[in-house]
Amino acid sequence: MSVSVVIARQFDRATVIAFACVIVLLLIGAMVEPAFLSPKYLIQQLHTASFLGVVASGVMLVILLGHIDLSIPWTICVGGMMATGATGFLGPEWGITLAVPFGVLCGALIGLVNGLGVAYLRAPAMIFTLGMNAVAQGLMVYHTGGFAPQDRATEFMRELAVGHLIPGIPNPLLIWIILGAAIIFMLNRSVLGRRIYAVGNQERSVFLSGVDTRKVILACFVFSGACAAMTGVLLAGWANRSYQAMGDPYLLPTIAAIVLGGTNVLGGRGKYVGTIAGVILITILQSMLSVVQPQRYFAQLGVDIPADTFRQVVFGVVIIGMLLIYGRQQLVR
Amino acid sequence: MSERKSPYLLSMSGITKSYGGVRALEDVSFETHRGSIHALLGENGAGKSTLIKVLSGVVQPDSGKIEIEGNIVNFANPQEANDLGVSCIFQELSLLPDLTVADNIGITRPPRNKFGLIDYRAQRQIAEEALARVGGENIDPMETVSNLSLSRRQMVEIAKALARNPKILIMDEATSALTAADVEKVYAMLHRLRDEGMSIIYISHRMPEIAELADTCTVYRNGRKVETFKNGTKSDSAVVEMMIGREYSSVYPAKSTRPDVSEPILKVENFSWNDELNDINLEMRPGEIVGLGGLDGQGQKQLQLGLFGTLIGSTGGVEVNGAPVKLNSPKMAKSDDIGIALVPEDRKYEGLMLSMTVRENLSFAAVEKMSRLGVVDTAAEEMAIDEMVELLKIKADGIDGPVGALSGGNQQKVVIGKWLMTKPRIILLNDPTRGIDVGTKQEIYHLLQKLAAEGCAILLYSTDYDELIGCCDRVLVMYDGRIVRTLAGDDLNETNLVSAALNLPEQAVIQPELKKKQGMSL
Amino acid sequence: MNVGAEPADLVSRQKHFAWVRRLSAAQRGILIAMLIFTAMFIVYGWKQAAGLTPNMINTAANKGALLALVAMAQTLPVITRGLDLSVGATFVLSNCLASTIVVGGPVATTFGIFGVLLVGLACGAINGVIIVYGRLQPLIATLATSAVYFGVALAIRPQPGGSVNFELADFMTRSSFAIPHSVLLLLAVVVFIWIPYRRSVLGRATFAIGSSEQAAYMSGIPINRAKLLAYALSGLLSAIGGILLTALTYSGAAKMSIANEYTLNSIGAVVIGGTSLFGGVGSAVGSIFGAFVMRTVGDLLIVFDINPVLQPLFVGVVLLVAVSLGSLRVLRIKNRLDIYR
Repeated sequence: MSVSVVIARQFDRATVIAFACVIVLLLIGAMVEPAFLSPKYLIQQLHTASFLGVVASGVMLVILLGHIDLSIPWTICVGGMMATGATGFLGPEWGITLAVPFGVLCGALIGLVNGLGVAYLRAPAMIFTLGMNAVAQGLMVYHTGGFAPQDRATEFMRELAVGHLIPGIPNPLLIWIILGAAIIFMLNRSVLGRRIYAVGNQERSVFLSGVDTRKVILACFVFSGACAAMTGVLLAGWANRSYQAMGDPYLLPTIAAIVLGGTNVLGGRGKYVGTIAGVILITILQSMLSVVQPQRYFAQLGVDIPADTFRQVVFGVVIIGMLLIYGRQQLVR
Repeated sequence: MSERKSPYLLSMSGITKSYGGVRALEDVSFETHRGSIHALLGENGAGKSTLIKVLSGVVQPDSGKIEIEGNIVNFANPQEANDLGVSCIFQELSLLPDLTVADNIGITRPPRNKFGLIDYRAQRQIAEEALARVGGENIDPMETVSNLSLSRRQMVEIAKALARNPKILIMDEATSALTAADVEKVYAMLHRLRDEGMSIIYISHRMPEIAELADTCTVYRNGRKVETFKNGTKSDSAVVEMMIGREYSSVYPAKSTRPDVSEPILKVENFSWNDELNDINLEMRPGEIVGLGGLDGQGQKQLQLGLFGTLIGSTGGVEVNGAPVKLNSPKMAKSDDIGIALVPEDRKYEGLMLSMTVRENLSFAAVEKMSRLGVVDTAAEEMAIDEMVELLKIKADGIDGPVGALSGGNQQKVVIGKWLMTKPRIILLNDPTRGIDVGTKQEIYHLLQKLAAEGCAILLYSTDYDELIGCCDRVLVMYDGRIVRTLAGDDLNETNLVSAALNLPEQAVIQPELKKKQGMSL
Repeated sequence: MNVGAEPADLVSRQKHFAWVRRLSAAQRGILIAMLIFTAMFIVYGWKQAAGLTPNMINTAANKGALLALVAMAQTLPVITRGLDLSVGATFVLSNCLASTIVVGGPVATTFGIFGVLLVGLACGAINGVIIVYGRLQPLIATLATSAVYFGVALAIRPQPGGSVNFELADFMTRSSFAIPHSVLLLLAVVVFIWIPYRRSVLGRATFAIGSSEQAAYMSGIPINRAKLLAYALSGLLSAIGGILLTALTYSGAAKMSIANEYTLNSIGAVVIGGTSLFGGVGSAVGSIFGAFVMRTVGDLLIVFDINPVLQPLFVGVVLLVAVSLGSLRVLRIKNRLDIYR
């Protein structure tokens, strides 16, 4: 198999459509505001996209298995809050040094519980992860309500979120690039990657091929929890603090990005390149709305509509519209 | 509709149907009279199932004409076919497991009360009547279907079809799960319905069953009609020849000479599980092909699963190569020091990942062996796959496409190839040739002989007695979770296999009776 | 499709409890939810220093009825083996709309109520159309529409506020002869919507689809219409909940947290109420008791002096326990292959 075939195979129809949409959006944006195509703006968009990209990386693996992780909003929050509050648990010295790994570890623990519930108890992922989301929320609310929480980001977290290790490339983007490259390699070349697709396809066959499918599922949920927490750490560094419900705006965009990138919600099919396309598409869409500011036109007409309305409605409509184009299921026969 | 334009109740002509480029039916015709039982014969894939799907509205033909009582009809869905008097009992049960028997029987056209809501009392009455008609008076209409045994469910399925008062009743392998007692009732009912003027279209793979029931037979092969004839005018072997399209002999290769090893590679002692396996004892030597026979569902599947490590709480001893092992997962069973492989019953749901490529499926079970630190060595993998594709003669142009696009025979080859790549020493096969064409069957038989000659021990379960006789060195016949007889050499013949399967005392079999029973439950 | 037989030990055990066996799975679910609720409520009443006053019962009933209506809305899609993540958003949208149009004199109020119900029905119907004719996954489709519905709610009520016809609100939330009117409302919904639905051809078709969509198709059941109706009715029930919320708070508020909370709790209530997440089995009546169980969890925290901020934690734990209990069959399995299906 030649290299070009391998690369070409990463681009399925959905990925191509998603990337085409990105370009169309950028061109439309450029007509309104020429700065849309400047390298500075594009890098800034990729910087924003990488927060979504990191959390989507984990959830995508879970969706490839044919499951779903609805616990990401509060897992993101756990990541941010535990990283900023690490001193409260680990003491002032270690708490600062180990803030980031501690936050990610806490997210991984939530993923571990999800994985145990789904893989070993065979609970439906949709409901189990929704329950874990509530548990994480309860724990975080208790954490902030119980005693005055340390919510300032450490210097390192701040550097991680806004600094540039390589000039011109923001650190979160670098993290996303490394993470993405690792996932693409894992999905295409590793034994685990094969097994992830296979479990999403027909778990019974995988079990009868002598593979412990439960470990595969557990690994993906742990990874998803860790990725969500990493996004939380980055967001806390970006905002210089952590706060409740900081992950709430991420559930819909994450799942939307993955699904728009062509990953089958029922599992078994999907390319990471598609998820990248989906993440960028969602980010540009969000940015467009804040540049175009449709609420102003309505305000001129004397109708006061909050900006959030447009974000929500446009989001919902775009997701459904694009899925109707290429995400439809087969008819039952 | 009293005007009769056609002598037939049903006449289909020029029916053609393709599934994604594959011709399932090619210019097929079919006619049947009022008050007759018409059997459809043919191998799997011959087009019978597609024909009745067309007739019952499940799929729409690409071209062709269907006439009922001389009127041209077109069915967009099963409901429309029902409304015009065509009722079908499908191979896969069409019952709703969570609903009651009465709900199931009345599902399509329930009786309504004056508010337009379902009248449960009337529905229950209808259900009782329908059950009585098929001889299932002892089935409680208020029972949830999932609580019934398979045989009872099939009775409900038949009652459901009859409750719609069809003119044409299609039965697609609809009696396969019935117990002998229920079969008698259903036969009597079918004869009665025929005499009342119903036209019954009957599909079965059991020749004796057809011999007893049918008035007329039509044979299909490769999506075309071969011949229609009156039942009883052709010999069994003539019919089989029509079905397979060639002389019915020499399908089985000669049993090769085996390495003479005295030490058993697999030894099972007093293996029991959950009332479904009782005190199984068996020994297998390298190079042996051992058959598992008996009626379907006597524990053969469980025995293979037990040896493959999926059963929890089994008792008794298993020794591989003289060392006792406690098998507790397929992962362990396939490990290098045990080396067991299982070609499972259902290739689509247990053997393959249908939307993954042939390559990925082939290397799936052995991929750890072709990888380092969890990273697949693609060069080594590709070489091993190509070797296997060559060995099994898998259609090579599709190996980078999804395995689901291959024919059943090629899919089965992929499942077998997947396990051969792990280099197993003990191979368990669960009915590997079910539903695949004769050509591929023959290739599989040759392969089994080759593997045995190379020193593999093979445990082959088959529902086809000829296959057991043609392939195996000896056959263990199971009944009710036990091995009741071992047949080898000259004792390995159809008469003995059947009598052992029914757990009859040796030599005490009356031939005609035997034939009938064989047909009922194989 | 697999219609495998029940494990043999289960069948034999059922024989000892013949009367329990006579009940359908859904009826057994209702019974269990009812028992849990009764036990919890007795503990609650017993721990109350002042005992149970009619006022307290009325308040508890009102809160419970809110969730019960949303839970009933969730029940219908779940029975078809789907899911509706937009029930919370439809509930909030109806609340915001009701706080704007269910005002003024009796005539205007009546039109207002119809308007809200119609909008709820439309929201549900849109979900249904997208799922049935668009052939999208219910999870994704309703997640997306919930964003749209919430956006619309936000447009109607950017800031919390509004008002509602006072007589109506008072009537809906008070008691007569110690019977809270909100409970009567639930009763009316059961008698006039759920029971006729359950006994209608399309209603039964919902159960058939959830039980086995393939078999339902083979049986000639109108699958599309039945699913569409299930989602539309779900929207209607959420809208009734939204009106009750308006009557309780005398205002409307577009808060994402409320929508999320009700969606989550509705699923918990449905599970506790004995409706199978795998479709085909269930009852809206069970979901009512499930909702009251969920609500009583919060009340129990208060009487046991547990920090009320822990409520989401307990709700989450209840949900996890409920779904895990359903998974206990894994422990009974004797053939590992049966786990995977």
